[in-house]
Amino acid sequence: MTTMAAPAPATLPTTGEYKTGIWSWLTTVDHKRIGILYLVTALFFFVWGGLEAAIIRAQLAGPNMGLVTAQQYNQLFTMHGTTMVFLVIMPLSSAFFNFLIPLQIGARDVAFPRLNAFSYWVFLAGGIVVTLPILFGMAPDGGWFGYAPLTTKAYSSGYNIDYWVLGLQILGVASLAAAFNFITTIINMRAPGMVLMRMPVFTWMSFVVQFLVILAFPVITAALVFLLFDRFFGTNFYTVAAGADPLLWQHLFWVFGHPEVYILILPAFGLVSEVLPTFSRKPLFGYPVIVYSGILIGALGFGVWAHHMFSVGMGPIADSVFSVTTMLIAIPTGVKILNWVSTMWGGQIRFTTSMMFAIALVAMFTVGGISGIMHSSAPADLQQTDSYFVVAHFHYVLVGGAVLGIMAGVYYYFPKLTGRMLDETLGKWHFWTFVIGTNLTFFPMHMSGLYGMPRRIYTYDAGQGWEMYNLLSSIGVIFQAIGMTIFFVNFIRSWKKGAIAGNNPWGAPTLEWAIPSPVPDYNFAHIPVVTSRYPLWDQKAGDLVKSEAETTTGGRLKTAAELGIPMPFPTILPLVAAVFMTAMLCGLLFIHAGNLPLALGIMITCGLGLAFTLIKWLTSPLE
Amino acid sequence: MAHDASHADAADHGAEHAEEHHPQWSTYWKVALILSVITVVEVWIYYTPFRDSKLFVPALLTMSAAKFAIVVMFYMHLKYDHKLFRVLFTGPLLIAIGTLTGLMFLFGKFALHLGG
Amino acid sequence: MATAAIAESHSHGEVSHHRTSTGLNHRKVAVWAFIGSECMLFVSLISTYLIYKGRSVVGPYPHENWTDPATGKVFKEILNIPVTSASTFVLLMSSLAMVLALAAVQNKDKPMPTGWWDRQLRSSKLWLWMTALLGTTFLGFQAYEFTSFVHEGLTIRTNLFGSSFFTLTGFHGAHVTVGVLWLLALLGIDYKRGLKPADALNVDIAALYWHFVDVVWIAIFTLIYLIK
Ligand SMILES: [Cu+2]
Repeated sequence: MTTMAAPAPATLPTTGEYKTGIWSWLTTVDHKRIGILYLVTALFFFVWGGLEAAIIRAQLAGPNMGLVTAQQYNQLFTMHGTTMVFLVIMPLSSAFFNFLIPLQIGARDVAFPRLNAFSYWVFLAGGIVVTLPILFGMAPDGGWFGYAPLTTKAYSSGYNIDYWVLGLQILGVASLAAAFNFITTIINMRAPGMVLMRMPVFTWMSFVVQFLVILAFPVITAALVFLLFDRFFGTNFYTVAAGADPLLWQHLFWVFGHPEVYILILPAFGLVSEVLPTFSRKPLFGYPVIVYSGILIGALGFGVWAHHMFSVGMGPIADSVFSVTTMLIAIPTGVKILNWVSTMWGGQIRFTTSMMFAIALVAMFTVGGISGIMHSSAPADLQQTDSYFVVAHFHYVLVGGAVLGIMAGVYYYFPKLTGRMLDETLGKWHFWTFVIGTNLTFFPMHMSGLYGMPRRIYTYDAGQGWEMYNLLSSIGVIFQAIGMTIFFVNFIRSWKKGAIAGNNPWGAPTLEWAIPSPVPDYNFAHIPVVTSRYPLWDQKAGDLVKSEAETTTGGRLKTAAELGIPMPFPTILPLVAAVFMTAMLCGLLFIHAGNLPLALGIMITCGLGLAFTLIKWLTSPLE
Repeated sequence: MAHDASHADAADHGAEHAEEHHPQWSTYWKVALILSVITVVEVWIYYTPFRDSKLFVPALLTMSAAKFAIVVMFYMHLKYDHKLFRVLFTGPLLIAIGTLTGLMFLFGKFALHLGG
Repeated sequence: MATAAIAESHSHGEVSHHRTSTGLNHRKVAVWAFIGSECMLFVSLISTYLIYKGRSVVGPYPHENWTDPATGKVFKEILNIPVTSASTFVLLMSSLAMVLALAAVQNKDKPMPTGWWDRQLRSSKLWLWMTALLGTTFLGFQAYEFTSFVHEGLTIRTNLFGSSFFTLTGFHGAHVTVGVLWLLALLGIDYKRGLKPADALNVDIAALYWHFVDVVWIAIFTLIYLIK
């Protein structure tokens, strides 16, 4: 096993015809550019959702603070949750799916490039629909879980919840379209020799996640359709007076919601499974076990949903069954921790920023996992549910797990994305302030929770033993904010001015590091033949990629045309289709406003527009 | 669910020849006949005293499951097509049936009697 | 959603020179994944119907008569089994027509047989028309069913049964409608330039979708109509 860090070229590789204008971004079907769009959009929403959290923590820093009203507070915590789940962590993962999956399996693009662009634009449209109303004080205010009947018109008569229902429905379309695309890509577009058990773990975890998406999202789609019909057409799905069961929404939501948790965390698991071997200079310990445990987590993830509902009184049998399945699912998760630790064991560890984030994930996810196992016991959960203890748990899992894993991935893949390195010194500052801040914020929440502080209260009285813990949590946010500011400075500066990276700055083993950074639009000048799980460690470079003489001309990379590679045409149609679809659904809002003709007019016009766009799309050639 | 797809690689070369094993017209007609007969029986027992029997519901479920399977196997060619498609369909179907069953238990649609 | 996936896949047909790792077509893989996903959608809708079965506080009910206590008016059990049995049969036969259409396209390049009936079997236009017609007939039955329910006093707002019944069967009907439009698009191609064995995949994918919609109805017919 030899490592081969290619010498860094003096200049960034450029291809002849690479367009960079705004139109090129609106019409792009290149998976790498779509990945960048996802990344930048999600980072923007990260700031947005983070600011919402900062206001929440400012309000809770001391007892009886009056920074925001109870109504504003409801909107803030709802939007913080909705934003972070659907507009930050999922699209950050999507950024990596888009950018990495084709590169890791040795493909030139995804299976359906235009559908891929459509996914992004629909995501952006859905994000705008849920996010914008907060500027007008009309943001959704029913929690990220939107429990009906609370969210039905009888109890939430404003427009607030309408935006949430429509926005989530639109976001669901984006996720589903992307998932079918990636499933097909991974099944069908692997390079010769890239059998499933040689696929990089990130691709594997992404593969599992896409199945979770196609199986979990239809359930919330149905639940949202019921809520939408209740709100707009006067059906009775959640009308208790008509005999409706107040638990129907909860069950459907969590049938989706628990797999959703794995949709959020598995991509991060995949990323650290790439980072840890590279910086330990060792193959991943127990690769098949990591893969199978990932699949097992995905499958078991559909049998644990009611552990979110122990307190509703499902009865001893249901409580026991869901307790047991939840405890079971901890096993494949714990196995992964063991694998990662064993990968580092005896390795030549290099403490790059990326590696430090990955190690921090292993530690902090373990903390979150342990408090998770505590919830799996129904009697214990009855004490913890709806308290800050639960808030501590899922923030350790989602920030300590998903966000740290994604950060490890950002530092690791930034060179491949841009051709330049992120600054390591700033990176270390980012790491320490952010990780200290995260622990300072969320660890005291275990305590405030055990002292009985409930979730979702906008203020509290002094003298209940909560003051110190809340103050600590709020101070922690300052550290997190400093950390993220350092990150953004680093990110923006390094994009243009960072050190030139070269093909493989880390001496990494997987296929994406064999090609130039940034990656040319056609990815691989010729499709590599893979004979190993770690091709760059085990195979000769000449077997994988063409020589420089064959792929460059006059000091620059050859274009796709010069290499004779057909490329898909850029097209505006996915964007147009996304706009029509979103506008069509938003026409429903005018039913709420009592203007049925206008609603029908908008929906029919946009429906026709969508139909014509799709026909145009259908009949125009891809490449 | 997903890992079964690994078998797909082994069957790579079989894919092109699968076409030749497709059933032909006579099979399609026979299948249609069987489906019609089952449907007639389903509707028929609905109008007989058997409707009040304890076996009515299991009988109906069995018959519709049979119809379901026949259409999927013969008309959707899952019996003859690439293994991967079988995995792509049966995996989600099993999770769907499991979810349906779980929800029916949770909402008390099946009485569960433990220890009398 | 469905339409977008389908749209993309159609247009991707031109690039068949792309090799795939499994030897399988992209669109066919995507459609099977889509069908797997649809299983969960319909299971959610069916579960909700079953969960709410017998919980409506006012009638009309599916299988029992109901007397309005306020007016004394009697509402008869509302499901019309004979009519729905007919429409179920129609949809089953449409699946037969669909599979015959596919076989006709697959065998386009074989020499034409001499018998009149055997030649009819080779007509993709005939069987595509037949499928679309039977599908439209099914939709006609559904329209009849919906309007007669409304006349009998059951709307989507009346009770839990109405809400969950109309939503479930309405979603299914919408799927059938998409299928009919898809078939008409295939017929358009057939009239314009004739479907060839190379197009069999296009027909195959439409057929998979069509049969799946039929299979969902098989489940709905038993679970919603026949079981009390
Ligand atoms: Cu859970």
